[in-house]
Amino acid sequence: MARITLRNLAHSYLPTPQGDGDYALKELDHVWQDGGAYALLGASGCGKTTLLNIISGLLRPSHGRVLFGDRDVTDEPTAARNIAQVFQFPVVYDTMTVRENLAFPLRNRGRDAAYIKARVQQIAAIIGMESALDRKAQGLTADAKQKISLGRGMVREDVNAILFDEPLTVIDPHMKWGLRTQLKQLHREFGHTMIYVTHDQTEALTFADKVVVMHEGRVVQMGTPQDLFETPAHTFVGYFIGSPGMNFIDAQVAGDTATLPGGAQVGLGGHYAPLSGKIGIRPEHAALTGQGGLPVTIRRIEDVGRHRLIRAELQGVPLNIVAPEGQPVAGLDRVVFDPRRINVYADDWRVAPQEIA
Amino acid sequence: MDKTVNNKAWLLVLPVLAIVAFSAVLPLMTVVNYAFNDTFGNNEFFWAGLEWFDEMIHSDRLHAALGRQALFSAIILAIEVPLGIFVALNMPKKGFWASFCLVAMALPLLIPFNVVGTIWQIFGRVDIGLLGRTLSGLGLDYNYTNDPIDAWVTVIVMDVWHWTSLVALLCYAGLQSIPQAYYQAARIDQASRWAVFRYIELPKMKGVLLIAVLLRFMDSFMIYTEPFVVTGGGPGNATTFLSIDLVKMAVGQFDLGPAAAFSLMYFLVILLVSWVFYTVMTGMDRSQSDIPEGM
Repeated sequence: MARITLRNLAHSYLPTPQGDGDYALKELDHVWQDGGAYALLGASGCGKTTLLNIISGLLRPSHGRVLFGDRDVTDEPTAARNIAQVFQFPVVYDTMTVRENLAFPLRNRGRDAAYIKARVQQIAAIIGMESALDRKAQGLTADAKQKISLGRGMVREDVNAILFDEPLTVIDPHMKWGLRTQLKQLHREFGHTMIYVTHDQTEALTFADKVVVMHEGRVVQMGTPQDLFETPAHTFVGYFIGSPGMNFIDAQVAGDTATLPGGAQVGLGGHYAPLSGKIGIRPEHAALTGQGGLPVTIRRIEDVGRHRLIRAELQGVPLNIVAPEGQPVAGLDRVVFDPRRINVYADDWRVAPQEIA
Repeated sequence: MDKTVNNKAWLLVLPVLAIVAFSAVLPLMTVVNYAFNDTFGNNEFFWAGLEWFDEMIHSDRLHAALGRQALFSAIILAIEVPLGIFVALNMPKKGFWASFCLVAMALPLLIPFNVVGTIWQIFGRVDIGLLGRTLSGLGLDYNYTNDPIDAWVTVIVMDVWHWTSLVALLCYAGLQSIPQAYYQAARIDQASRWAVFRYIELPKMKGVLLIAVLLRFMDSFMIYTEPFVVTGGGPGNATTFLSIDLVKMAVGQFDLGPAAAFSLMYFLVILLVSWVFYTVMTGMDRSQSDIPEGM
């Protein structure tokens, strides 16, 4: 068990990277606290798996160092790092029984038979495969195979971290929930550092204490699910988190007012130096009203159960608004924003409001 | 279900049946005909019943040739299969050298059999052959024309040279289909090189290995051209394998009846052994996969 530190880490798959674009992973400094449950969230191809493989040692970073505690492990092979990793698609040893599969990592490390037997039994109980222990792994369903993979990842108690690379992709939706809850419970029980890669925000937000959002090879924000929702540090986070994502509107910002292209003005919750950028507002923090605010054109209303989603246009720019259940929307054609919930962005990065002296 | 019963479509199979009949069934039936009859030419046949079979089954000559043949196949399988796997494991996985290796490996497979025989016939000659001359220059008493052991070694090395590529290429194809995640998982699990081979590579290669073993068994069991060109079956009968003996009997001595009976038994032996190989190797598979789904 150890804190994992990434120092000035960057990776390019090209031998001589020229510009920023040649890096699959742009330079980053990051500390994964011992025992944390992290989710690494981002669209496909954003460098999540690259980062994971660097931590586990399957890939050597082209720049920077990886530290476990105070030990520099950058040049150490995977085996020496004592890391467990579960892959996107089930990897099982077909010719072995389920029991042998689960025991394999322990046996390779020379643990004694009695310990292995007990530990395998324990893990089998967690993944719900006790009755299948003596079956051959070959011929099991993808679900079952992935459960074996998960089990193999968790079977070692002394690992520095357990890395999950979109492990629930092949699992049936109704089982996903259960397995995710089990992972969470395991985390509480054993306190392993867990890093969970996913492109599914629900998975990330329910699993992790801290969510790390990646975009185009860069870590754009790390924070609690609440941070990501309320104060996205980058427009990508605003867009990626939430359903639907944040609304962004071009604006000239000065003081506590944002001026939209059409000349309409929106009040802000803080004070800003003059800048030209965007304001971002969550659909949940916009509301339809009969008077005041700004005029909108309503295109469509979708009833998604607990609330209604209003697809509107504000001066030609699409705008999503969430209307709570029961609120009448007929005849309302103006929108108001909650000023304290508006974030301001310049060059896609969030600008914090100035402290008012 | 009120489907119209219409079996006229079967007529469409007729052309295939006709072609197969002319190319395979009729020639085979001719052999069967010879096997059960005696003839003195002029297309006159006398019923011989099982006489030729009886003669052949008790023929020491056939037993000896069958023994040599089985030994030959066993030796070349024992060499080519492990060697082919070893070569495949060590071939580059991608890039220029991967293509280079593939082409270089395929070359021996493209050479006509009698040319392979001629190459080795000359290569091994003590007077002008590079191999033969070098070996005798080194003081080794090597001469495949009058030493049975040397003749065997030459024929086996020639077959290994000619056919190991096939096993290697098949295994290489099997290895290439293994997803990278398996190797990564093995590194995470701290598996030894041997464990990676035993639990990942070998199981994934099993399908192609079955094909490789079957092909190499059948081909080696029917081998004719190469040893015929190199040793002519000699010295004495030392390298007279079944095919060579069969041709001697049928074409050399014109014993068509016994040769036909011999052919049929030869055919059945190959069929039987291939079936055994197939059943054993797929049987290993089945005992693992007949576990009911739904875990």
